[in-house]
Amino acid sequence: MKKGKHVEKMLEGRHHERWERLHELGLELWRDKTGFIGMIMIAALLFMALAAPVLAPHDPASQDLRARLKPPVWTEKGTWNHLLGTDHLGRDVLSRVIYGSRVSLLIGAAVVLIGGTFGVVMGLLAGYRGGRTDNFIMRWIDTQVAFPGLLLALIILAVIGPSITTVIIVLSLNGWMVYGRMTRSAVLSVRQTEYVEAAEIVGCRGSRVIFRHILPNLTSPLLTLGILEFARIVLAEAALSFLGLGIQPPATSWGLDVATGRDYIFRAWWLVTMPGIAISITVLAINLVASWMRLISDPQEREKQFARQMHIKRKKQGQLSTVPVEVVNE
Amino acid sequence: MGRYILKRFWYGVIVILGVTIIVFVVTRLIGDPVKVMLPLEATLEQRAAFEKRLGLDRSIPVQFIEFMGDIAYLDFGNSLWQHRPAMEIVFEKLPLTLILSFVGIGFAFVISIPLGIIAALRPGGVSDRSTVFLSLIGLSVPQFWLGLLFIIIFAVQLRWLPTSGVATPFHIILPALTMGLPTLARMVMIVRSSMIDELNQQYVKTAFAKGLPFYRVVGIHAMRNAALPVVTLCGWELIRAVAGYSVVVETVFAWPGLGMTAIQAIEREDLILLQAIVFTVAIIVVLINIVMDIVYTIIDPRLKLA
Repeated sequence: MKKGKHVEKMLEGRHHERWERLHELGLELWRDKTGFIGMIMIAALLFMALAAPVLAPHDPASQDLRARLKPPVWTEKGTWNHLLGTDHLGRDVLSRVIYGSRVSLLIGAAVVLIGGTFGVVMGLLAGYRGGRTDNFIMRWIDTQVAFPGLLLALIILAVIGPSITTVIIVLSLNGWMVYGRMTRSAVLSVRQTEYVEAAEIVGCRGSRVIFRHILPNLTSPLLTLGILEFARIVLAEAALSFLGLGIQPPATSWGLDVATGRDYIFRAWWLVTMPGIAISITVLAINLVASWMRLISDPQEREKQFARQMHIKRKKQGQLSTVPVEVVNE
Repeated sequence: MGRYILKRFWYGVIVILGVTIIVFVVTRLIGDPVKVMLPLEATLEQRAAFEKRLGLDRSIPVQFIEFMGDIAYLDFGNSLWQHRPAMEIVFEKLPLTLILSFVGIGFAFVISIPLGIIAALRPGGVSDRSTVFLSLIGLSVPQFWLGLLFIIIFAVQLRWLPTSGVATPFHIILPALTMGLPTLARMVMIVRSSMIDELNQQYVKTAFAKGLPFYRVVGIHAMRNAALPVVTLCGWELIRAVAGYSVVVETVFAWPGLGMTAIQAIEREDLILLQAIVFTVAIIVVLINIVMDIVYTIIDPRLKLA
């Protein structure tokens, strides 16, 4: 009983610490305005995807042939009924854009999870086991990196037939190598440290060493990489759907909508423009957050940033610093 | 160095072999080529005749050996869609894809170096921050959409440039720009960051201290060292352009190269042509890789000794 309480207290302390750290992270995010804006945009996108049925003014698939190709509301012929206009079948563009976020985010998350997990496991195996396993996995990665990935994806999609599942599988197969390489190199450098050696001497099992002592060191670089990959995958899915090899017609996807709008490019510019803006904003938001994350998780970058801020401060105070920015971080 | 190149060459052979195996497994074992290529209402006799024509009635190992033999002679058979040898079509389309890729990536390379250097001279300054932000936007815009926007703006609204095709030299401007802009964004970032690192080195300070002119220090001393990552990236971007971007960009601008032909082959369910295209591209990717390695050893003297 007593012991239980003690443990509880300890956990509470940890909890508190965690909150403190989150708070600090939030402050840091607030200081970096672009990262902050990116984070807010991502939150808004997530909300949009989750609450699509509530937010969308119309059913994304319902057709209204009398209201075909209506322009957006701010143009001369626009109506308030369709804020971003309608497509060639009279479907509401705004609703389709809102629903389209679901597919993009779903595929992005699934591919990052599957490809990331596979890559990390392979990297851990290669780095921890070493020897033949390492050799084999690294050769495999090198060979696959040199592959013309997209064209192989095309052949697979052409033979098996496109669907959400095939797209997820193909993109995961194409993108796991980065995680593998990064994990392996990190494992190799962490393995040399004393604490891993100590854990091994004490008699920890391999799995414990990997998951308790090595993996936590990889969290922030892997998270940054995962976010960057997410952006790449949103773009890749859009491109595949645009080519007609991704999401298929009854479903909605931004890439697919751009492809359908392409036939009306001379008459209805909004059909191509709106979903494209949605893709760009999504990817831009993710990229902003990723570049912020790289800044805060990489000590070298942090130092540079700090030196730069100091330099600017000194300049503002009117002291002409003779020390150039760069010298400070050496 | 010769040894190094030889090793790389074997590497390329392994990659080609890997592509062969994967294409074989995907087309013969996972998918049913007859089902993909023949219409649904084909009779049993028609299917059997078709299988015999493609040699699909034999056992898998025999099929694989035949497949390898065909590849060795670059003979993939007749395209089902155009009824002539697939390789003939490929050789006809390949130059167009190569021209587009080289022009697009070359444009990005040429522009990225001055832009990156200007940004790197004052890290955190106005020009630096705007360059970084514009690059981020360039990285975030989907390529196919960029192409369509260019068509809307420059071809439909302003009527300055043609929308699609290959009739005049002007036709390459929009596709090449579309091809190059995302690459430009990535390259500027790399030039900038490697230049910032180089300008912080002691040798740059020494060079400035002994009174060398600005353009010599930045343009020659620092640039030479900063060029390494840029050259690497250039090779990668070229590979991406030939093996990926070309499909999208060519489809948008109806540029009749390999990429557009690949999509058409998929639409017409012509696996034979598609295989021929994938192999050709794989070989080109391997060749670019080897050339990249050679260039690398020339630029970086440290590799020559190894």
